[in-house]
Amino acid sequence: MKRIQDFKFKEYKWLNYQNYILTLKTTDTIAEIKPGNFAELKIPNAPDVFLRRPLSVLDVDHDENTISFYVKIIGKGTEKLGKLRGGDKVNVIYPLGNSFSINGTNKALLVGGGSGIAPFILLGRELKQKGVEITFLIGARTKEDVLLTNEFKKLGDVLVTTEDGTMGQTGLVTHHSVFSEEFQFDKIYTCGPDPMMKAIAEIAVEKGVDCEASLENMMACGFGACLCCVVETHGGNKCVCTEGPVFNTKDLAW
Amino acid sequence: MVDFGIQIKDLKLKNPVTTASGTFGFGEEFTDFMDLNKLGGIFVKGLTLKHREGNPYPRMAETPSGMLNAVGLQNKGVDYFINTIYPNIKDFDTEIIPNVNGSTIEDYVEVTEKLNEIEGIHSIELNISCPNVKEGGMAFGVSCPSAIAVTEAVRKAYDKTLIVKLSPNVTDITEIAKGVESVGADAVSLVNTFLAMAIDANTRKPLLSTITGGLSGPAIKPIALRMVWQVFNAVQIPVIGMCGIMNATDAIEFILAGSTVIQIGTANFIDPQISVKIIEGIELYCKQQNVDAVSDLIGAMVTK
Ligand SMILES: Cc1cc2nc3c(=O)[nH]c(=O)nc-3n(C[C@H](O)[C@H](O)[C@H](O)COP(=O)(O)OP(=O)(O)OC[C@H]3O[C@@H](n4cnc5c(N)ncnc54)[C@H](O)[C@@H]3O)c2cc1C
Ligand SMILES: Cc1cc2nc3c(=O)[nH]c(=O)nc-3n(C[C@H](O)[C@H](O)[C@H](O)COP(=O)(O)O)c2cc1C
Ligand code: FES
Repeated sequence: MKRIQDFKFKEYKWLNYQNYILTLKTTDTIAEIKPGNFAELKIPNAPDVFLRRPLSVLDVDHDENTISFYVKIIGKGTEKLGKLRGGDKVNVIYPLGNSFSINGTNKALLVGGGSGIAPFILLGRELKQKGVEITFLIGARTKEDVLLTNEFKKLGDVLVTTEDGTMGQTGLVTHHSVFSEEFQFDKIYTCGPDPMMKAIAEIAVEKGVDCEASLENMMACGFGACLCCVVETHGGNKCVCTEGPVFNTKDLAW
Repeated sequence: MVDFGIQIKDLKLKNPVTTASGTFGFGEEFTDFMDLNKLGGIFVKGLTLKHREGNPYPRMAETPSGMLNAVGLQNKGVDYFINTIYPNIKDFDTEIIPNVNGSTIEDYVEVTEKLNEIEGIHSIELNISCPNVKEGGMAFGVSCPSAIAVTEAVRKAYDKTLIVKLSPNVTDITEIAKGVESVGADAVSLVNTFLAMAIDANTRKPLLSTITGGLSGPAIKPIALRMVWQVFNAVQIPVIGMCGIMNATDAIEFILAGSTVIQIGTANFIDPQISVKIIEGIELYCKQQNVDAVSDLIGAMVTK
């Protein structure tokens, strides 16, 4: 069941000038959250930010009653969300959307770029728990933008590409040698910019493996009321907020 | 106890607070957040004769104090509504009011005839003001003769309360309101979204796939309030007011300007519990102002 719940600002962990982890706390319990689920946050102290902002759940701690988000500053909403102070209240609608499917996976490749790495902590943890072998492949422009790798290392192997060659292999994630060597994975999960996910989906077809992508479409509500967030699938337009954000890429007509 | 009841012919609402078509799904999307039984009514998502896929993505853009949408009446068709959706929502103690759309007058009539058969539905809202479809939609609502023609045809096919939803994209909205009143509309609802657009200066591209779309939210509230007041003074039938209602005070302003019923739209996306809060807020206002019946507030703006 979806909830609308007030949280209090707890803390930030700034990863670099435009990326931070925001942790919120409640005195109440936190609902069950599955890997891939997202939340819609009302940005406080920001009358010029009209709609809520969708963010994937990065992590949740049911003992401490905290929930955290990995945020990349894009515009006014994500900027204002990075300026909270002690006592600020944040209203959150969650858990929203579907989740990644895990059954039948033995060896998984998780390909992320930009802010699209957020769902990979919860996903990685659940895969690991199920005994799945995990490799993360993280793409970024430059070394400073390669984030959360310490967290990923706790869960599996971590491969990196940077466009300027300052870390890992040089180029885009799709150029990584993991794709030119003998392919040992039976599932790809991907989240990040659309062109990246499309390229990864094509590789998945080539390699004959299943691929799930988590989409970040523009949303007005996040819970199925407005029909603004659709993606074209082979079965017609589907709402990313209710039938996604996770789709098997073979169903998408992008 | 404040008397909250409203009646427009066959349509009896337990209070004047309803939700606007296209902003509240079919109600089911909100049951985790609120009790639908508290609402006066739910204007459900626009229906057409046949399934419609709507417009391509992107369909939404945030703008100052509002948003643009270009959904384009995506829906699975009136038969799907009647057979699959309505059975799930019919037992809620609130009025379910379908929003009827078409590309031709024949379409509107056919959809209406199907809905006329349903006992639990006491009213329809005729949408002649959708700015997001190529054929029909707003084209009917921006000229007086075509607004009259479609209303007249639907009136013949519908026995119960007929509400006509007007477009703000006209020179004089009172002319259209008087026109549809003259051929038997039981109420007018106003207004639909304002034709608008937004551009990304960096990419030089429009933010919507359709280039233009409909603007909703507080950005349009003062214009809509003016239109409600003008139409209230021009017709005898009840006026249903909306646009940018974000709280109880906004709702009361619309009632004072002449609305018998109000619809809450875009605000539902930001706070899915807002409609219940607005009902409570109106009740509190009535108590504080010693108003016995909410109907006493309709058009009660004090001008002297
Ligand atoms: C399901 C989902 C999960 C997401 N998870 C994360 C996450 O974990 N971390 C993170 O940093 N970002 C995430 N995003 C993207 C994030 O929602 C946007 O970056 C954010 O809304 C931008 O808001 P803004 O006000 O800063 O930018 P502005 O450009 O000022 O926003 C203007 C409008 O465009 C929308 N918008 C702009 N960029 C995006 C985008 N990339 N995706 C969707 N809507 C956008 C905004 O919501 C707003 O309505 C996610 C998006 C979705 C749909
Ligand atoms: C996403 C969206 C979809 C809409 N779909 C419909 C529709 O199907 N039929 C209709 O008559 N109006 C539709 N509308 C218009 C609303 O019912 C309402 O007239 C408008 O949004 C103004 O009210 P608001 O400012 O409170 O949102 C839609 C509005 C939005 C934002
Ligand atoms: S964002 Fe409103 S339906 Fe998906």
